[in-house]
Formats: sequence, C-alpha cells, structure tokens
Amino acid sequence: MEKIRKEQGLTWLRMINMIKNNTMENKIRRSISFVAPTIIPLLFIILWELFARKVGNNAILPQVTTVAKHFINISADVIGIGSIPKNILYSLVRVFIGYILAIIAGLPLGLLMGYSRRVKGALNLFISLFQPVPAIAWRPLVLGWFGVMSVATIFDLDYGPTYAIMDNFKLSMIFLIFLSAFFPIWGNTMFGVSNVQQVLVESALVLGASKKDIFFHVLLPGAGPNIVNGLKSGLTAAWSCLVAAEMLPGSMSGLGYLISHAYELARMDLIVAGIICIGVIGALFDGIYSRISDKYFSWQRLVR
Amino acid sequence: MNNIVFKLNNIGKVYNENEKNELTVIKNLNLEIKENEFLCIVGPSGCGKSTLLRILAGLELPTEGEIYYRGKVLRKPTKDIGMVFQNYSLMPWLTVEENIALGLKFQNMPKERQKERVNEYLEMIGLTKFRYSKPYELSGGMQQRVAIARSLANNPDVLLMDEPFGALDAYTRIQLQKELLRIWEKYKKTIVFITHSVDEAVYLADRIILMSRNQGAIEVDIQVDIPRIRDRANPRYAELNQHLLDALEELNKGQ
Repeated sequence: MEKIRKEQGLTWLRMINMIKNNTMENKIRRSISFVAPTIIPLLFIILWELFARKVGNNAILPQVTTVAKHFINISADVIGIGSIPKNILYSLVRVFIGYILAIIAGLPLGLLMGYSRRVKGALNLFISLFQPVPAIAWRPLVLGWFGVMSVATIFDLDYGPTYAIMDNFKLSMIFLIFLSAFFPIWGNTMFGVSNVQQVLVESALVLGASKKDIFFHVLLPGAGPNIVNGLKSGLTAAWSCLVAAEMLPGSMSGLGYLISHAYELARMDLIVAGIICIGVIGALFDGIYSRISDKYFSWQRLVR
Repeated sequence: MNNIVFKLNNIGKVYNENEKNELTVIKNLNLEIKENEFLCIVGPSGCGKSTLLRILAGLELPTEGEIYYRGKVLRKPTKDIGMVFQNYSLMPWLTVEENIALGLKFQNMPKERQKERVNEYLEMIGLTKFRYSKPYELSGGMQQRVAIARSLANNPDVLLMDEPFGALDAYTRIQLQKELLRIWEKYKKTIVFITHSVDEAVYLADRIILMSRNQGAIEVDIQVDIPRIRDRANPRYAELNQHLLDALEELNKGQ
C-alpha cells in the first residue's frame, strides 16, 4: 500500500514537471538561453556600424558591409595575393608543420623531464631561459640562420608549380611557429607527468609494475588531461604567432601576410576580415580540443 | 622458519628533512609476522605505523637494521606483497574491471585468464554489475572493495592494509570488516592491517600490536583468542577493548 502511494506520488511529480516544462514561459526561457550568447556580438556589430558611419572613412574604420563583402565573394582575389580561403590554407599548412614539429620535440621531452628528476635537473634551467622570450624577438636571428630557405629549397625541388607552392613554407616562419607551440606542450606535459598522484604510482608498484609499466600505464594516462591541455595551448600559441611569422621577408601569402600587406595599402576592411578569420579559426581549434578532453578525460573533473 | 613471513631486525627509520632536522620515526623495532596471521597495528597518529607498513611493502627502505621477507632481504615492492591504501588508489581513467586486471596485466597473464580472474573477484566483492563503471561513479565503500579485489586478484602472499576503512561511514565499515574476514577465511592470506580504531582491531585480528609515538616502540603485543565471528556484546570482547583503550590512554599520558 505504502509503495503504491509512493509510486503514485512520483507519477504526479513527473506529470507536474512535464506540465512545467511545456509552459510558454519555459519555452521563452529556453530560446533566450540559446540566443543570449549572440546578443553581445550583435550589439557590438551594430555599434561598430554606427561608429563607422559617423567616421565615414574606410581607411580608419570600415563599415560592416564592406567587410562582409569579402566573405560573400569569398573566392575573389584580394589585393593580388589570391583569395581568402587560399591564404587561410597556406597559413594552416605552415602552422601545422610548426605545430607537429613542436609536438615531436616537446611531448617526449616533457614526458622524460616529468619522469626523471635527473633529466629535469639537467635541462630545466636551460629550457626555461628561453621560455619568456617572445617568438618575435627571434626574428632577426632566424632570418640570419634560414634566410629565404623553404621546404622547396631544402628538398631541392625543380622550378615549377610544386616549387611555387612549397616555396611558401619558409623555414624561418616554421621555426617561429615551432617555438611558440613548443613551450606550452613541453611545460604542460612535464607538469602533468610530475603531478600524477603518488598513491597511484605506489599502488601500481605493489601490484608488481615495472618502470616501463609505471610510465605507460600510470604516468602517461594520468598526465593525459594536462597533455591535451598543452596541445591545445600549443596550437593556440602557434596560431596566434601567425601574423608575426608571416610578416617575415619572403612571405607572399597567408593570413598574416594578408593583414600586413593590406596595412601597406591602407585597406582596413581586409585587415578586419583577416582578423575575423584568425579569430574564428582559433576558436574552432579550441573547441575541437575542448571536445576531445570532455570526451576522453571527463574523469579528471569528476575525481574528488 | 618457513612459516615466518616477515622478520624485522632492529629496524630504524630516520627522515632527513634538512641537514639540521632529523626526524626519527622508528627506532630499534623487532618484529616477526607469521604465515596466515591477521595482525592489526594500532597506535595514535604519528606513531610510525604507516611508515612501518610502507617498509613492509618495500616502498621505503629502513635507514637501520634489516627486513627479511621469507628469509630474503626486502629491497623493493613485489607482487607477492599487496597493499590496499586508505583511499583514492584506483586508476581514475580505468573501469572497475580494468582496475582489477591491472596487476594481471603487469604479470602478462593471457587475456582469457585475466577475464576469469576478474570475474571471480568481481563476484567476490559483489560488484559484477559495476564492472564497466569508473571509480568516481562508486561510493567510498565500493571503491575500497575494488581496491581489495585488485590486490587479491594478483594472488599475493601477504596483504598490507593501511587504514583501508578509515574514510568510510560506520555502517559500511562494519560491513567491510565482515567481508574482509570472510575473504581472509577463504584465501588464508597473511594480513597486516593498520587502524587507529581499537574496536576494529579487536574485531579482526589474531594478534594486536600497539605502537607509541615514542619512536615507534611496540608497547603491547597480544594474541586475541576470541572465536570468530566475534560478537561485540561478548564480555571478553568488551574487556579486551577496554584494556587496549586504557593502554592507549596511558601512552598519551606519558607524552
């Protein structure tokens, strides 16, 4: 009897909840929560347009419509350096080359230094010295070392269309991107490995784990969330350093070059379009990594 | 000699915090632990009982004296000496069954046999339904059951337990004490169990050792001859309990 009454009570509760969820008020509330994140950007665009009209000079502040035009005619050639998507592609390839090199160097080094106190003791000071130096400070040196060497020249390609494309990927740029991606990857990995709970290492030891087991079955997965975080910050850093890298001499393409070249031609509308591209793509990268860490590392947020 | 599992000769443990500060946790400790013995070590916090257990596990080396495990000097952890920690010792990224299989994986046991073993121990702790759950989805008591199953699945010779039920509520604690005894009767391991609860020690142990903060000296070493399953209402149970509590109080007075 008691049980039946309890169940009836529950059913009532469920029905009340259903009615509640279906009220007009709730629908409005839900649509507001959907619309809310777009309100501020919209206000921003409106204000921007108002100011732009007031200023009335495209070389100081371009109108929204002038900028939007570039995204509508997306395949149009801009200021003689090809279309916006083509320049995005060049930038992406550069960033990925530098980024992958940074992973190849930073990940194992971070793992090793997080694992072995001796290796960390030997290398930490040296690597840390370079960390605060902004990539842009390396510019003159990098130019001196690499000059206009590119993927095309180091692989000694013959002149032709492939050469023309590969010549866009200058070593100097890749090196700067590598540098800015390296430190977050290396640092977070090292932090992640050295911060795995001691009790986890010890409980593996008493189960008979070898050093190799500890490394692959405890430290590596335990550091996983921090490693992914480092990969995410590294990609963001690599992408943010793009403009600086693509402003190096010899550059003829890319979003950064688009911005600096548009500046020389006083084309503010293109600069703004370039900034929007960099922002949106950067946010996309961030979103992808957040997805990955939510999916595979949810345990970290939920532990304790 | 064969039935002596651990033999500790004049063990000492000194921590050097820096050059000036030395902290002597244990001094001149002698102890023999027999096969199949259920030994409880009781003492106030900071008396060195956890340090002693870590030395038995091979996780720490004594700074003086020798420790022998089955006649050989113990230098590092081995799969024959299992250990259950107070809490949060399960790999948070592995499921319950993967956690239980962890030691077997380190032993390179074939997958098929791993699975059999895991099933057996899942059943033993009654968590078969939770085999695909992650540790954070379980209650504290369930997590400790898994930790015990993980140690036992490795088929150790000795099981060391460092206040394994210390963080649990009173009811769960009593449940797990009963379960542990059942498991111990079945598998007949040597168990060294650390607790700060006199009642827990009297309920579980064959032999109880009382350690003091005075450099880990063993003040009391008694056999418990109350038959199991022990009844907390038994006058002898209460008497022993009181005797040990008095001894603990005496120790604290001496400080």
